[in-house]
Amino acid sequence: MNAINPTGWRPSMGENVPGAPIQTFTGNRGLQLEEALLFELGLPDRSGVDFPETDSIDLSALGPMARTERPNLPGLSEPETVRHYTRLSRQNYAIDLGLFPLGSCTMKHNPRLDEKVARMPGFADVHPLQPVHTVQGALSVINELAFWLIELTGMHGVAMTPKAGAHGELCGLLCIRAALEAKGDPRDVILVPESAHGTNPATAAFAGFKVENIPATPEGRVDSAALIARLGPDVAGVMITNPNTCGLFERDLKIIADAVHAAGGYVYCDGANFNAIVGRVRPGDLGVDAMHINLHKTFSTPHGGGGPGSGPVVLSEALSPFGPLPFTARQADGSVTLIEEEQAHEEHPQTFGRMCAFHGQMGMYTRALAYILSHGADGLRQVSGDAVLNANYILRSLDDVLDAPFGASGPCMHEALFSDDGFAEGFSTNDLAKGLIDEGYHPMTVYFPLVVHGAMLVEPTETESKAGIDQFVGAMRSLAERARAGDEMLKSAPHLAPRRRLDETLAARKPKLVWKED
Amino acid sequence: MRYLPLTDADRSAMLSVIGAGSIDELFADVPAEARLSAPIAGLPGHASEMAVERHMARLSANNVTAGSVPFFLGAGAYRHHVPATVDHLIQRGEFLTAYTPYQPEIAQGTLQVLFEFQTQVARLFGTDVANASLYDGSTACWEAIAMAGRITKRGKAVLSGGAHSHYVETARTMAKFTGDVLDTVAPELTPTPDDAALIARIDGETSCVVVQYPDILGRIPDLAAIAAAAQAKGALLIAVVTEPVALGVLQSPGSLGADIVVGEGQSIGVGLQFGGPYLGLFGCREKYLRQIPGRLCGETVDADGKRGFVLTLSTREQHIRREKATSNICTNSGLCALAFSIHMTLLGGSGLSDMAKLSHAAARKTAAALADVPGVTVVNTHYFNEFAITLPKDARQVVRDLADRQVLGGVSLGRLYPQEAALANGMVVAATECTTDEDIAALAAALKEVLA
Repeated sequence: MNAINPTGWRPSMGENVPGAPIQTFTGNRGLQLEEALLFELGLPDRSGVDFPETDSIDLSALGPMARTERPNLPGLSEPETVRHYTRLSRQNYAIDLGLFPLGSCTMKHNPRLDEKVARMPGFADVHPLQPVHTVQGALSVINELAFWLIELTGMHGVAMTPKAGAHGELCGLLCIRAALEAKGDPRDVILVPESAHGTNPATAAFAGFKVENIPATPEGRVDSAALIARLGPDVAGVMITNPNTCGLFERDLKIIADAVHAAGGYVYCDGANFNAIVGRVRPGDLGVDAMHINLHKTFSTPHGGGGPGSGPVVLSEALSPFGPLPFTARQADGSVTLIEEEQAHEEHPQTFGRMCAFHGQMGMYTRALAYILSHGADGLRQVSGDAVLNANYILRSLDDVLDAPFGASGPCMHEALFSDDGFAEGFSTNDLAKGLIDEGYHPMTVYFPLVVHGAMLVEPTETESKAGIDQFVGAMRSLAERARAGDEMLKSAPHLAPRRRLDETLAARKPKLVWKED
Repeated sequence: MRYLPLTDADRSAMLSVIGAGSIDELFADVPAEARLSAPIAGLPGHASEMAVERHMARLSANNVTAGSVPFFLGAGAYRHHVPATVDHLIQRGEFLTAYTPYQPEIAQGTLQVLFEFQTQVARLFGTDVANASLYDGSTACWEAIAMAGRITKRGKAVLSGGAHSHYVETARTMAKFTGDVLDTVAPELTPTPDDAALIARIDGETSCVVVQYPDILGRIPDLAAIAAAAQAKGALLIAVVTEPVALGVLQSPGSLGADIVVGEGQSIGVGLQFGGPYLGLFGCREKYLRQIPGRLCGETVDADGKRGFVLTLSTREQHIRREKATSNICTNSGLCALAFSIHMTLLGGSGLSDMAKLSHAAARKTAAALADVPGVTVVNTHYFNEFAITLPKDARQVVRDLADRQVLGGVSLGRLYPQEAALANGMVVAATECTTDEDIAALAAALKEVLA
């Protein structure tokens, strides 16, 4: 009777004991609903789509590779489908539910106008290989966005196609490789500060470079003296995140850039944190040669539970000739145009080639353009200002109960960094983070950057109200005090989420990546 | 500004807590000579929702949409009907505005979806396992080539002439920098793919053979024969599926012996979107698990013993391994994977099979109608929903002339292979369950006019 399904979530109901959590027959707890797997619910001959009869269709033109049995994929009717995914959605935390302070990830409000715009038929229902004269409006979106990105960064050209930040990093490094090869210069070392995102060294290695780490100073910035001392004929370039992952502006970037250029190298800037400085400083004025912009961070295209992202790369005049196809660059008359393979041999002959099929992330371009047009130049400047204000307010509201390792290094940018220094013996950053879940928040970024012990990187973004931030600060103060006092209940948090702590070791030791019938 | 909740009073109160006189003071670390003191000159200011919507609607109207005309484009992106339920569900804020599920206790929705998605992809491809998605089919194809190099410790990939030109170009770009050798040829307009010639190119240095199934001309290679030949030389077979609906009626690449199967998931749930965002599909044999690029979701239990899901095997990934990672990929295509999974759930095996049969039937009708147009030759012996035709003149011009008659008739091979003169008169034509008899008649009539 209780075996609702063979491997389901509720084999039997426990006994209700006074003082203990209430047991239910279904495993549900009021509005907190459990949901079985699709494979336990669906059947291959059940469908939520009506088609005309297909039995009489002649399949002989498929030839010898035709299959004899239909695919073993379970289906559900439409009401069952709506319920399955709606119930699953309710087990997620999201920006729509509350503050999502993941440092460096920039979880800000996603305007719904942008969703509406992306679904306009002229953008959503056009094929990437339609004749160019039938997609002028779609190309205008790319060109208008390219124009804004170039203006906001003070750069020369932009490669629009990279599909995410890491893909953009790759694009920038391939431009550097191509530029060096064009000069017959065999440099193969990329310098990366130890506080960098993991994607930086991974990308450099993927692009065929050797990676060397550069230390940070005690105040949380890249050691510019050590970096400049390392420059030489083997150094192809540097990858610097600005603002950096400690939440600080790299004051010496221009000095570093000048030294790198003098030594024959190029400067890649990881633009993951561009949201902190948009409208306040243009990377092109700091000597940057290439920088990716995560449209899903700075310009708030939705993260969607892990993508899709979009990572256009703005390029200096020195690197623009090598940008990938299709490429968008400013022409002599100031207009911006798109160059594809057919025109490349005349108009963009030094391109390093194509990074992906078609034109990149159109659905993200429309959203980002709507976001930019909504804010305008003045609104974007307010965006960075409010994001930095909110982060500094959190930093100064918590630095008496949480260690702020770089709190004396001046104002932070868009994120505030704390460490676990001062927690009771045996209590760690993870315990505080899991406690935040019980308080109704998504945890901050934890254990990153690696240069700080037990790092907690808090990024509130500009779309939070003061009242909302004050409540978050209150929750953080309470948790910090519990961690300092050694409150054992924190060690086993979360207690109130759809799941308690999950056994990640088991998942990795016996990987179970697909459902199989027992 | 409608997206910014802080009031001026809030800002003043917060600045006094911080001990700063103004927001501008917080940017003191920016060198004075580069610091902007006002909004960038020459750019417009903020705009109302109505004004932005009006501007974007004007741009949207300046396109010919697939749904508004007889439409026959494919070549890696297909127009299938996506049920309204899909778009409704992916717009639930808990999916749309969530992050990568790093905190599994409050991300079980996304994680269970990814586990179900991985299972659906593995079953569709006939592979043991699948990942949680990559950017798109073209980048997934390169990731597979790179993975085959790591597994075989060999550096030469043999690509079939039937592989999509953009996929080949993407791999060529990457290989230039990694030092891998790519053995490529252009496609030939023959009725069946020359599998024997492909097999003859495999040698003891070959890491992998890359075969598109069905290929760029819609032909259907014999994967079993190619798999056996590749594996006899110690090479892996990578099958590339740009139209996954085909697997509703064709045998899965995994069941035919492919070691790695990659694909473009766009035609199920995602829509055309002018080329992106799309959805990279990736499946392979279980023994290569630790070489897979990108995110993987796995089943486990929580502290109470309840079933739950987590991202797993992250020691392959950049945030742990840094320069030694299997790939630099971080973000994947999560929301598109959700759309794919919901559409696949609505279809089920029987629905997918029906959609595939209807697409095939529409393609047969289209081929028959075009074969009757003077000057047109249908190239393929076998095909799923897409086939090649040859024309008496450059197909690029024909495609433009058809568009002027309000028919989007196909993709010219000259657009995909501008350097190959032998392909200039070729065109690929695709049909789906959306294609009507009227569309087919309109295409045949317009083509007759254009070629007259």
